[in-house]
Amino acid sequence: MITLTLQEQPNVPLEAESLSPDVMAPLSHDAIRALPVYLGKRQKRVDDFFTVEGEGSEELVIDGDATKIKWIGRGMTRGRITINGHAGMHLGAYMTGGVIEVSGNTTDWLGAEMSGGLIRIRGDAGGQVGAAYRGSLSGMTDGTILIDGSAGLEVGMRMKRGIIAVGGAVRDFAGLQMKGGTIVLGGGAELRTGAWMIRGTIVSLKPIPLLPTFAPACAYNPTFLGLYARHLRGLGCDIPYEDRDGAYQRYTGDTSVPGRGEILVWKPRE
Amino acid sequence: MIVERRGVRIVDTFAEAFGMRAARVLITAQSPDWAGTAARSMTGFATSVIGCKVEAGIEAELASEETPDGRPGISVLLFAFDAEGLTRQLIDRIGQTTLTCPTTACFDGLPRAEERVIVGGALRHFGDRFQSSKFLDGQRFWRIPVMEGEFLVQEAFGVQKAIGGGNFLILGADQRSALAAAEAAVEAMRRVPGVILPFPGGIVRAGSKVGAKKYKNMIASTNDAYCPTLRGRDGVESLIPEGANSVLEIVVDGLDRAAIENALRVGIDAACRPGVVEITAGNYGGKLGKHHFHLHALVGSG
Repeated sequence: MITLTLQEQPNVPLEAESLSPDVMAPLSHDAIRALPVYLGKRQKRVDDFFTVEGEGSEELVIDGDATKIKWIGRGMTRGRITINGHAGMHLGAYMTGGVIEVSGNTTDWLGAEMSGGLIRIRGDAGGQVGAAYRGSLSGMTDGTILIDGSAGLEVGMRMKRGIIAVGGAVRDFAGLQMKGGTIVLGGGAELRTGAWMIRGTIVSLKPIPLLPTFAPACAYNPTFLGLYARHLRGLGCDIPYEDRDGAYQRYTGDTSVPGRGEILVWKPRE
Repeated sequence: MIVERRGVRIVDTFAEAFGMRAARVLITAQSPDWAGTAARSMTGFATSVIGCKVEAGIEAELASEETPDGRPGISVLLFAFDAEGLTRQLIDRIGQTTLTCPTTACFDGLPRAEERVIVGGALRHFGDRFQSSKFLDGQRFWRIPVMEGEFLVQEAFGVQKAIGGGNFLILGADQRSALAAAEAAVEAMRRVPGVILPFPGGIVRAGSKVGAKKYKNMIASTNDAYCPTLRGRDGVESLIPEGANSVLEIVVDGLDRAAIENALRVGIDAACRPGVVEITAGNYGGKLGKHHFHLHALVGSG
């Protein structure tokens, strides 16, 4: 196990895509300490900001408030990153495998354009979770993002596959231009959920305001949600799916695109 | 060497079985009854590849926690000569018997099989482009809209090498004794995982021989050597011993050799009961298949 303990808060965001099991696993202790990080335009060393313990491991632990540390786990393919504290922007962006777990909060672009692996945030996240970068056609194409708390704007924007599950509320434009995949909203959403979505599923466990371009279809219990419920339960996240507990109202849209997506809103049995 | 178990003679012979390809379909439904209804429908008219092009049967009942979607289910095994034939049967049978059955869904039960055949990916066309898919854990699932709601079916099913035609014959003093012994054997064998007994109630009364003596275009015909009514008739070399008057066969298909051996072992043991004269096996002199199950070795290893 490699443990990095943040000693000095950077005064501007620190770009640290070298903080990844893929980069660190083959390196010696000294080589890890010497890895480059970027403070603005200046190249610095990892040990300018962190104390480093351990070497040669696919398990990386970061202790401290890393809110200003960007790009941790960028493009990682394997291994595990545990952050005991908060994490900064672009955490796990482009990742294809492995696990990232954060005990605190994180900010924007969490898991942006990821294509595999698991990210678990115990606190809140920012906007653009699993989203496509500006100008890019597709957001996340596989993998799972679990957020226990709330999230910001444009969650799952242009996502194509994979699962995003948010325990708390999310802000506007969840599932914006969604092309596939599944978003679970445990605490509902603010405005314009599913705007311009083409395909994909948004599951809301709370009533949400819907665009007029979503048409009500029926109330039912989709069988595929049983698969997702079992999958998510294994990750510590429960979603209801049994008809004895209630049913989902299905809305199809966004008809303004026109799209073939769906929003499923849970209605507990009275 | 004479081997007996509880007074029943076990003939020194082997059951001759042949290579097949198998798939396992997990059918789930709102209740065990509806999963069973779909499973029985899917496995109907699937006793012998000779006439039905597939052999199929119920392997096990599954509790909710054992199925992919958390609903009660049934595990069905299907066997055919090759993957192509099996694919056709999966598409036809799931399409006609499960897609149409209320509340059901179908999942692959051989996720580790390297060979995979497209089933849901063909059935999706029933959705007339209103179908949609979900992709989870590297597998695609098709959601086909139907009048009741949605039919969920996995896109691809695993196919693996398997063995069909494991068997043994129960020679009873009378019909009642032979049937009681066969029923006891079936009850024991159905508890073995990885096997099915494709014939009605797991029992065959019309065992066959390879080809025919009189009709040259027949692939199989009655096993005259074990027909009690033909004993003593010209042209029949009866193999029915003194005191036996009715013969029943148990046929078993399995995912691997060990599964068939286990099934034959417990089945033969259960069939050794009063009223049974002899246990033997369908041995076609090596013309039928390369998998041989020697009864003495099975009984001895129990």
